[in-house]
Formats: sequence, structure tokens, C-alpha cells
Amino acid sequence: MEHSNNNDPLVIGGVELQSRLFTGTGKYGSDTVIPDVCRASGSQVITVALRRVDMNAAAGNVMQHIPKHMQLLPNTSGARDAEEAVRIARLARAAGCGNWIKIEVISDNRYLLPDGYQTARATEILAKEGFVVLPYMNPDLYVARDLVNAGAAAVMPLGAPIGTNRGIRTREMIGILIEEFDVPIVVDAGIGKPSEACDAMEMGVDACLVNTAIATAGDPVIMAEAFGAAVRAGRQAFLAKAGPVLTGAASASSPLTGFLGE
Amino acid sequence: MSFAQVMEQYAGKDIAGMMDRVTVADVQRTLSRRTLSAEDYLVLLSPAAAGQLEAMAQRANQLTVQHFGRTIQLFTPMYISNFCTNQCVYCGFNTRNTIRRTKLDDAQIRREGEVIEATGLKQLLLLTGEAPKIASVEYIGHAAKLLRDLFPSIGVEVFALTQDEYEYLISCGVDSMTLFQETYNAALYPSLHPAGPKSDYRFRLDAPERACKAGMRVVNIGALLGLDVWRKDAFFTGLHAHYLQFAYPQTDIAISFPRMRPHAGEFQPESIVSDRELVQIMLAQRIFLPRCGITISTREAPSFRDNLIPLGVTRMSAGVTTAVGGHTSEEEEVGQFEISDPRSVDEMCAAIRARGYQPVFKDWEPLEDAAVAG
Ligand code: SF4
Repeated sequence: MEHSNNNDPLVIGGVELQSRLFTGTGKYGSDTVIPDVCRASGSQVITVALRRVDMNAAAGNVMQHIPKHMQLLPNTSGARDAEEAVRIARLARAAGCGNWIKIEVISDNRYLLPDGYQTARATEILAKEGFVVLPYMNPDLYVARDLVNAGAAAVMPLGAPIGTNRGIRTREMIGILIEEFDVPIVVDAGIGKPSEACDAMEMGVDACLVNTAIATAGDPVIMAEAFGAAVRAGRQAFLAKAGPVLTGAASASSPLTGFLGE
Repeated sequence: MSFAQVMEQYAGKDIAGMMDRVTVADVQRTLSRRTLSAEDYLVLLSPAAAGQLEAMAQRANQLTVQHFGRTIQLFTPMYISNFCTNQCVYCGFNTRNTIRRTKLDDAQIRREGEVIEATGLKQLLLLTGEAPKIASVEYIGHAAKLLRDLFPSIGVEVFALTQDEYEYLISCGVDSMTLFQETYNAALYPSLHPAGPKSDYRFRLDAPERACKAGMRVVNIGALLGLDVWRKDAFFTGLHAHYLQFAYPQTDIAISFPRMRPHAGEFQPESIVSDRELVQIMLAQRIFLPRCGITISTREAPSFRDNLIPLGVTRMSAGVTTAVGGHTSEEEEVGQFEISDPRSVDEMCAAIRARGYQPVFKDWEPLEDAAVAG
């Protein structure tokens, strides 16, 4: 896969990533599309729910479809509290899924919003155990601080409730996290369209995780390609430092009062 | 607060009459809402909404794909005992029916489990009639323990239990419970359940809530559609799921839509639910509760089940027998009811894939035994 800016890797847990788009494995009509999604998007990180992984199944196991070069990001989907998240993380590592873990602690099945307190507790325990912990969170300054202090390798604020494809509804809050923290900020959940991923990247987030919008698209492979391009475009725009946005009176491109001297 | 108190708010109200007054414009307005109230749900179950099925189907499909993806979970029931002290007038296991009664022993349970496991299925539902002296809670828990290494997810569909008993089953590895109220019509209920412990309407009505309190991961409820006027029972089933979702956000709430089927007995249902009507109920349910699981059993015919796949179903049974020991027994046993979809697990998977959906065998990782050493 061609990458537009090879001097701009994203480093998480000591791993250098050329692509800033993370993808997922849930919700596909068939797992056989996963290799094509990975290729078309250029993504190098893929999240997988441990609850769905069947290590004993000879066939029908999602892991068979994940290309070898992908960085696995097992998630703790199904965990209702910190203890369950910790157990799932340990099971994932024991099952050979590596030491990256996306903490997802959800104890409200109606809105699927993450529980900040339980997430921070799980993060603290797992970071001490050597996991590279990426917690899914509400974009809340205090929760983010707890997570970073607990050893999170990145934080993953939601743009909108999971699966809603409503875009970056938490824009202002994510902006605060970008200003405040040095750890990578990965927008997770809510992004429904490539333009929204592009927008998030332009704002200065470090990466986007997109699952539902790709998996439920009419053509997931083309949509994956579109997201890959959008995330690259957004990142380039961020690096290029966009000109100021006009507010009120026009500003001239060359000074009009220079002739007056100092 | 309990669900009985929610139901009291509707006491004396003419629900069917309220549905009759709904207009097509009401239905269209409701379909454009982001979140629905109980009254909105009533609108979607109305006769007026029956003419708006395609619009409802589009919305239901969108919501289901968004929240669950193009996936269908598969499970199968295992009947371990058909002893029953109840006299449910619509059931083949009714104590007054002269069928052969059996209860599986340890070796038979294990053997059934191994045969099912060989088909690839990972989610099992244990069923019994209600005979607590013969097939006790301990017996059911013991069966779960015998099978837990074969199945990451074990559910029970047994008689109504106390909270302590649900906690005990969870400690044995059970993670989901299914219990149908049969009908929410308290006045009609006694005539359908004339004798036996199941005749206690209120103890049954509160059982799903006790399971939530006990910490059950998944609680699946339903009405046996046709026992009463179906619109009313469908309405209260939805309200019940809604109540449980709000009161117990940690629990995954799911609904089943069993329709009356022919069985060993002569009972004829009050109202017959047509295919169109069952679809309307399912669509209304999905739009009202977008995150609620929906199960469709093999009571329904193959082609009808296939057509339901994009409409809101999240769970289907496959490779089903409703007879005790039916997965291994060579004899013709009498089942609880006659199934309409006898397809094997492989055939079911092929049908799901043909619709562009993915059959999911495993959706839980048991944590009780997991090594937690740090
Ligand atoms: S429905 Fe259940 S409780 Fe009633 S007779 Fe049948 S097996 Fe027994």
C-alpha cells in the first residue's frame, strides 16, 4: 500500500504505524471480505472482539481472515466492569492475540456508552501487567487524565454513540483532549462517512477507528478505500496547517499600510 | 417498582380500541421519530400500521444492521427432561398428556452435548418442563456443569425461579435465561394454566426481573402469540422488555416471537397470527427497541425464516429437536411442539449466507473459570 507521508508514522506501544485508520471485524455479512478491507484501506490495526473468537474452530474463525501483517487490537466487548475487562484482556493475551488491548467497559446496553471509572480501573491494572492499553471513552477531560495517569498508550474518545454513524458530535470535547494530552488520540465510534474521518484528522486527532461505517456499507471494500484516502487527506491537511478562517472584516494578503514605515 | 405496576397504568384501558383509532398519518409521524415512547410502539402495532409494512421494514433493517451488523447468532435447544406438573392447555408436555416421560442422566446429557458440539454450535439452551422434585434446579445446574467445557454460552428455559436459584445457575455456568409469560392477560391466564405451580401469574411475571437482579447476562422474554388477542400481548411484551432495559441496563434483553403450533393436545388458539402480522410485530419491536435481541425459532417454516433475516432477527435456532434426548435417541419421541424448519446447522448457515448475512456461533467467552492471576 502506498502511503503519502512516510515520515509521519504514528507510534503506539513502540509500534510504528504508517496508516492512521484502524478497522474492525464485527458486523460484516461475511468475514471473507476482511482481507480486502484491510488491503483497500491500508489499515494496519484491526480490532476484534475476543468474545467472538473461537480458537478451537477449524473453520469459521474470524482470526483466519485477518492478514498476518495486521496489528491485532482485541477488545473487551461484553465486559460490564473492570474485573471482566481484565479477565478478557488476559484471556486474549493467553490465546495468542498479543499484548494490545482495547478496553471497552459498557454497563448500559441501551446507549452503549463507556463507563469511565471502570475503564480507568481496568487500564491501571492492565498497563501494570505490560499491556498496551487503548481505552474507549467518553471525551471527558478528567477521565482522559485518569486514563493517561493509569498508563494508557492512547485514548479513544467517541465521536458519537457507537454504531450511530452520526459523525463527530463531540468535536469541542475532543478538541480539548487534543490540546491537553501528548498520548495519541484515536476517535472511535460515531464516524459514519469518510468526510467525517477527514474532518477529525484535520482537527488534529492522531487516528480514527471505523467499523460500522465500513462493515455496513453497500460495498465495504470501496468504502474502506474511501476511508483510507480520507484519513490520509485529513492528516496531510493537519500537517500542512490550514490558513486562518476569516472572521468579520477581510484580511489583505499583502499589507496596505507598509508605506508608512515603523 | 415492578413491571406489574407498569401494567397497572393500562388497567381498564381499551388497548385494542386505542390501536383501532390510529391513522396512517400517525404511523408516518412515528416512523420519523428518533426514539419511541410506549404510545409510539402502540401506533406501530395498529391496524393502520399494517398498511405501512414496507416503510417499517426499511427502518427496521437499517436499525438492525447498524446495531448488530449483518450477523445472525445460532443456538440449539437441548431438552433434558419432559416431566411436568403443569397443565398448560396448549402444551404437549402437559401432565395430563400420556407421553413417555424421561429425564436424561449424566452420560446422556454429555452424549447429546457432544453430538450438538460436533455440528459447530456453541450456544446451547437447556429446557425442562416444571417438575422440581424430578428435574430440580440442582439437576439443571449439574447439567450445565457437565456441558460448560463444550459450550461457551449455556442458557436455560425452565420454570420460574427465585433470585437465589438464578444466582445458583449462574454459578454453574449459565449465562442466559428464557421465560415466556405466555399471555400478559391476567384474567385469561388461569384458564390456560389451570393447575400446577405455573398457575401463579405474578410469580412468573416477575421472574425475568429476578434473573436480572441475579446478574444473568441475557434475559429473553416473550408471549406465546395467539393465546390472547395478539396485538395486546405483543404490546405488553414490548413494554416488559422496555421496562427491563431501563431498570437493568447491564442485562441484555431479548424477545422471542413464538406462535402457537400444532401439538399433542386439542387446544385451539384464540387468535391466529398470520405471517404478515408476525412481521408487523417484529418490525414494531425492532423500531421501538433498536438494541433488543430478537429470536425466531424453528416453529416457523424455512422460507419464512429466510425472509425474516434482514428484518430484525438477531438469533435463530438450528438443528432443532424438541424431544428429550432427541439429538441422540433412535426412537421416535414426542416433542413439546412440532417444528417447521428441520434444517441442519449446515443448511441453516448456507441459507443465512445466501442472504448476505454471517452465521455467528460464538458470542461469549466464559469468564468464571478464567485464570485471573496477574
Ligand atoms: S408449557 Fe412448560 S410448564 Fe406448561 S405443560 Fe408444557 S412443559 Fe409444562
